[in-house]
Amino acid sequence: MEQDMYVPASSWFIAISLVVALILNFLQLPERIAFLRPDFVALLIAYWSINHPERMSMSVAFGMGLMMDVGNVSILGQHALAYCVAMYLTIVFGRRLRLFSALQQAPQIGLVLFIMQVVIVLIAVSTGASLVDWQFFLAAVSGSIVWVPMSLLLTLLLQPKPDPDAL
Amino acid sequence: MEKTPQFFRNGPGPFARLFVFALLSFALIAEDTRFNYFPQLRQTIGVLIHPLQKIAYFPVVVYDQLEAFIASFYLLEENAKLRQLYWDRREQLLKLEALEAENFHLRRLLGAAQEIQANSKTTTVLAEILSSPRDPFNHKITINKGSFHGIQLGQAVIDDQGIIGQVTRLYPWSSEVTLLTDKDHSVPVQVVRNGLRSIVSGSGKNNELELRYLSINTDIQRGDLLVTSGIGGIYPPGIPVAIVEKIEQDPAGDFALIISMPVAGVERNRQVLVLSLVQSELNESSEVPAIEPGEN
Repeated sequence: MEQDMYVPASSWFIAISLVVALILNFLQLPERIAFLRPDFVALLIAYWSINHPERMSMSVAFGMGLMMDVGNVSILGQHALAYCVAMYLTIVFGRRLRLFSALQQAPQIGLVLFIMQVVIVLIAVSTGASLVDWQFFLAAVSGSIVWVPMSLLLTLLLQPKPDPDAL
Repeated sequence: MEKTPQFFRNGPGPFARLFVFALLSFALIAEDTRFNYFPQLRQTIGVLIHPLQKIAYFPVVVYDQLEAFIASFYLLEENAKLRQLYWDRREQLLKLEALEAENFHLRRLLGAAQEIQANSKTTTVLAEILSSPRDPFNHKITINKGSFHGIQLGQAVIDDQGIIGQVTRLYPWSSEVTLLTDKDHSVPVQVVRNGLRSIVSGSGKNNELELRYLSINTDIQRGDLLVTSGIGGIYPPGIPVAIVEKIEQDPAGDFALIISMPVAGVERNRQVLVLSLVQSELNESSEVPAIEPGEN
């Protein structure tokens, strides 16, 4: 997991990964397991802002949040703010997180996702929704479980790219 | 270049950025929940993400195809079953037509105002649910038919059991349906057993509707079926809405707490019917005060 050899990720790769995450978030799942689905967009935003912070800007997180809000028919700005908060947390703790392995990062990512969900609930409650069941927060746990294979896969996809401009 | 201060090279720090975007988010939240000055914003994003939603819907399409392929081995059986069902329903329909005619004559004898002939006027559009809510506090769904398919704002959406909700936002190829359980959603209903009229409102919780402002001695029982009363002109009359589940009569309060459960559910079916009678009905109801020359 050492990042001694710095591998730049192309903007296209990041964009495609975010679009795939958005599609995964839009997938229709049966009611019984839908609440367990992790927020893939948030995971991707966290991954990019930990590993390639210069490639990720908060406006991207904000834009992804807006798309999530429209796709999910929630209040416009709800996910946008939540993703910005998630990105802020991962940027602030990113330097420390980068030193850990994916497995060690998982619980901390879970905490970030949990705080993000708290933001979502707070916005919903402040606009008049009733409080949610505790099961809602299981998505943070499943998110931290998904984090490990996901970040390993992304690192693997980034690694073998030979730089054509290299000497 | 080296002389550029740190601030300009890296831009503002993460907290400053978060602050700016948080302000922007709060402005948007206020815009979306209170003012609604720019409905185009949501429309534009909706059109942008439509292809993604289509792709996300693709597994469902594949599943349907597979199911249809397997079902094709049992076509004859299914055909026979459906034919049987058709004749059963046909018989009921004939009875209904006779009853309707009788009802019409009786009403004329009584001199009562003509009831809106909703049943004969509705045309329906079959739609499929594109996305159902992800969050427990979100009581809205997206269906795959929009203004291009002739869907209009305010149309009622039903499934095979009863009312699901109402179209509240239109996109070109999809539309947003607010479910009955949404806390801002109310339906005028009638108790089938005794004709008592009331309004049932969403409680903001899944599978729960409230009958508000009914006094504690109101004649209402557990298991009573509530159907739409047709008052208000949005919903056609006589469609099942909910079954009374729980009645709490708090002697200290003025009103009884009556909880009912919707009969229809989005988690059960993927297909829904959009009823289009809004336009004609709204016109009719606006004409009510005017005296028609043919009447009386």
